[in-house]
Amino acid sequence: MASTLNPTEPQARKLDTAKVRQARNTGVILILLSVLVAYVFAFGTSGDATFRLSRPNDPWAVPNLVVPAMAFSYIAAAVLAFLGARQFVRGGVRWTGLSMGFGLLLAVAAFLVWATAGKSFSLTGMLQATVVRAVPIALGGLAGVLSERVAVVNIAIEGMLLAGAFTGALVGSLLGGYVGLIAAVAVGGLFGFILAALVITYRVDQIIAGVVLNLFVLGVTSYVSSQVYQEHRFLNDAPVFRPVDIPFLSDIPVIGPMLFQQNIFVYGAFIMVCIATYYLFHTRSGLRARAVGEHPQAADTLGINVYRTRYINVTVAGMVAGFGGAWFTLGSVGRFDEGMTHGLGYIGLAAMIVGRWHPFGALMAALVFGFADSMQQKLALLQTPIPSEFLAMSPYIATIILVAGLIGRARAPAADGQAYIKE
Amino acid sequence: MEVELRNITKRFGEVVANDGINLTIRGGEVLGLLGENGAGKSTLMNVLSGLYSADDGEILIDGKLVDFQGPGDSIAAGIGMVHQHFMLIPVFTVAENVILGVEPTGKVDYLDLKKARTQVREINEKYGLEVDPDELIENLPVGIQQRVEIIKVLFRSANVIIFDEPTAVLTPQEVIEFFEIVKTLRDAGKAIVFITHKLHEILDISDRIRVLRRGKIVGEGDPITITKTELAEMMVGRPVSFDVVKEPFAPGKVLLDIEDLTVLRENDDVAVDGIDLKIRSGEVVGVAGVQGNGQSALIEALTGLTRVAGGTVRFMDKDITRASTRARHRMGFAHIPEDRHRMGMITKFTIAENMVLDTYYDARFSKRRVMNWPKVYENSARVAADYDVRMTSVHDTAGHLSGGNQQKMVVARELSRETKFLIAAQPTRGLDVGSIEYIHSRIINARDTGDGVLFVSSEIDEIMALSDRIVVMFEGRIVAEFDATTETPDKNTIGLAMAGAVA
Ligand SMILES: Nc1ncnc2c1ncn2[C@@H]1O[C@H](COP(=O)(O)OP(=O)(O)O)[C@@H](O)[C@H]1O
Ligand SMILES: [Mg+2]
Repeated sequence: MASTLNPTEPQARKLDTAKVRQARNTGVILILLSVLVAYVFAFGTSGDATFRLSRPNDPWAVPNLVVPAMAFSYIAAAVLAFLGARQFVRGGVRWTGLSMGFGLLLAVAAFLVWATAGKSFSLTGMLQATVVRAVPIALGGLAGVLSERVAVVNIAIEGMLLAGAFTGALVGSLLGGYVGLIAAVAVGGLFGFILAALVITYRVDQIIAGVVLNLFVLGVTSYVSSQVYQEHRFLNDAPVFRPVDIPFLSDIPVIGPMLFQQNIFVYGAFIMVCIATYYLFHTRSGLRARAVGEHPQAADTLGINVYRTRYINVTVAGMVAGFGGAWFTLGSVGRFDEGMTHGLGYIGLAAMIVGRWHPFGALMAALVFGFADSMQQKLALLQTPIPSEFLAMSPYIATIILVAGLIGRARAPAADGQAYIKE
Repeated sequence: MEVELRNITKRFGEVVANDGINLTIRGGEVLGLLGENGAGKSTLMNVLSGLYSADDGEILIDGKLVDFQGPGDSIAAGIGMVHQHFMLIPVFTVAENVILGVEPTGKVDYLDLKKARTQVREINEKYGLEVDPDELIENLPVGIQQRVEIIKVLFRSANVIIFDEPTAVLTPQEVIEFFEIVKTLRDAGKAIVFITHKLHEILDISDRIRVLRRGKIVGEGDPITITKTELAEMMVGRPVSFDVVKEPFAPGKVLLDIEDLTVLRENDDVAVDGIDLKIRSGEVVGVAGVQGNGQSALIEALTGLTRVAGGTVRFMDKDITRASTRARHRMGFAHIPEDRHRMGMITKFTIAENMVLDTYYDARFSKRRVMNWPKVYENSARVAADYDVRMTSVHDTAGHLSGGNQQKMVVARELSRETKFLIAAQPTRGLDVGSIEYIHSRIINARDTGDGVLFVSSEIDEIMALSDRIVVMFEGRIVAEFDATTETPDKNTIGLAMAGAVA
């Protein structure tokens, strides 16, 4: 009566799987990149691109990196074409992500070489700026990780950064940098607490609450800076935290200037990422926080206080964002300007998604955005044929590409964005 | 240990879910709590586990009055509950799930997972549970997930263990294993509360039976002497017939012809693995199988809701492998989806609006994109009356109907058209006995009037009652097929096939 059917293996048949489709799309994109590199970057380019790796007063001089522009671009185009064809024809399912990553890297390198052809350019300087510019994004992303891990979507990071920047400048001008920094952290924490109260206790929609906070902070700070600071300039003249060299490590070529000749915001960001990782994945409180973000009802049945856990994490996230906000003023220019965060809070959220809700992931993604940002700045100086307005778009374009490419694969905490209603 | 519930009352708005309930739970004994869906079983146990606070009544443990402020207090008092919907975190490991809330820690709040693993293994050994502490929950079959829930409760040294409809998600074989575990726990002196609406199970495992109806204890029985019929009558409040009346089997032409159909899940795992199946008009084909063996993907592919990765589907000799959902619908497909809230209806819409979700574009109901509402209301009222949807008016919000009436509304919408082929997935899940009888009769009526019917259920009894032919799905394949027209197939053989045990 019963019978067994179908002993065929699934691999033996040709299936229209999502992975094969994705591999094919990757192939097409790589081939298009190859065409771009060959026609725009290689064709008609001449001269060498010189990348300076060390600066005049570095303890060890490293020779410059000299790349023949046309040859490099043609080789890059060939490699891209090969990778693309391989993805397209063979449906190289296993290497899709890697090929895409490597392909993008090559295309960016070819672009840099093309822009630098016949000129010289400090690569170390650009990498150092990359790390600096990644700081607010990484801290914004980290704040996002901390609150979304307990399932509170934190659009308000932008506003928290802005509030931190403003407070840092104001208090810093009056009472000095360290007090300013502490005040910025406290104000960030206050906004985190307000957000928590709105979405947890009053169950305001999380996106709406975030947008309201952002608009509030933008309104207040813009008003004060345009009305009050005009007259009382001493209120907007804060000290700036200077870079501190770490002994020995700062002497390493390239890496030294990048990582060990920075100010406390950079070191602070790295330390916070490490602490957050330890907290989330190696402590009891972290396990409970993640449980609250994944399945609050399960956490509740086990006697974990869902509301308190959310309050604490969202408040701490606000403090992290407040610290990141102080970077704009105390860590950079010492002065507050209207809307000076320029949406970096939102890019921080993108970094969180690309980094898959992991502190280190968010940091890595932030470095990519920081790279795009510092590259556009340096290139503006090199006078490429690309209008500077377009160059200024590059961090945002990088955001769109990365988020669009990765978003399907990253998995948010299961309860993300949902209020928990206890009976 | 003895727990006494006295006069427990719990209301949700107007609904009195528990109405002055008295109940005693004793160590070394399995108390069977029987009741229809909505009788108030889960609510009562949620009160005992501290998740809900009762509006009235008291709880005594060993004669002493206790007051639970939250689940933590109840856990501390030695009460553990395995919920109807498992309270496990899919992306955590077994060990992490088990220790959550009572974690072993070292310095600086350090989470001592090593100790946790050892502790899980100890419980494993003591009760013969065999679960790998390092596996992620989402990779485990439901039967094992349930054991994790049991380990969780034991890890908190519970003396009272409440199982809320534990067998709903298990295969017959898993149920047998589960009962063995329950007996071990009982013999170790634990007090067990076993909640179900399945009569044979309660007779198999209970030492004592209490029947709950509409929030009240309406009866009790000795499992050795009481019969199923008596229990069913107590549970439903009127005599119940277990038989489905149908016309003699008279199949027509092949309607739906599925060949080598392959469907993938989002992550590219194979959900349906090269299925061949033909369904004739006037025939009910029942697809038996434990949830998660590809039945949902099969249905989604047949209704055009998901992309087909390989193979063909033909309907009345036309290739419809890639036809749109609406095209299929117009060919005479009717679909009763497995989750009526997610797919079958829009809970915030009115009954009338829900009734035309599939036909709003029809010339009868709209002209040049403008809805003809009076016509819609009139038609909905008539259809709702035909299909016994109990409501005050068609302007009621659909979400406010009882589960049974919601499902009748879905069935009414789908079958009140000219149909040729009915796809029904878990059509009676979570319904009361009266609604189940009604929906069964409608499905059989569709068959008797010449429709082909493909129907998926994880309840073997339901499959056996309705089907002319039974196929068993396991891991995306059809592993067994039974003809039910000539003789009744053996339930155990079907059960074995559902567990994948086919020679
Ligand atoms: N959280 C809730 N809010 C409102 N009504 C509820 C809630 N939980 C249960 N009910 C209602 O209480 C009654 C009993 O439900 P429940 O205890 O879940 O029944 P059972 O477990 O016996 O199926 C039902 O009418 C149900 O609709
Ligand atoms: Mg229940």
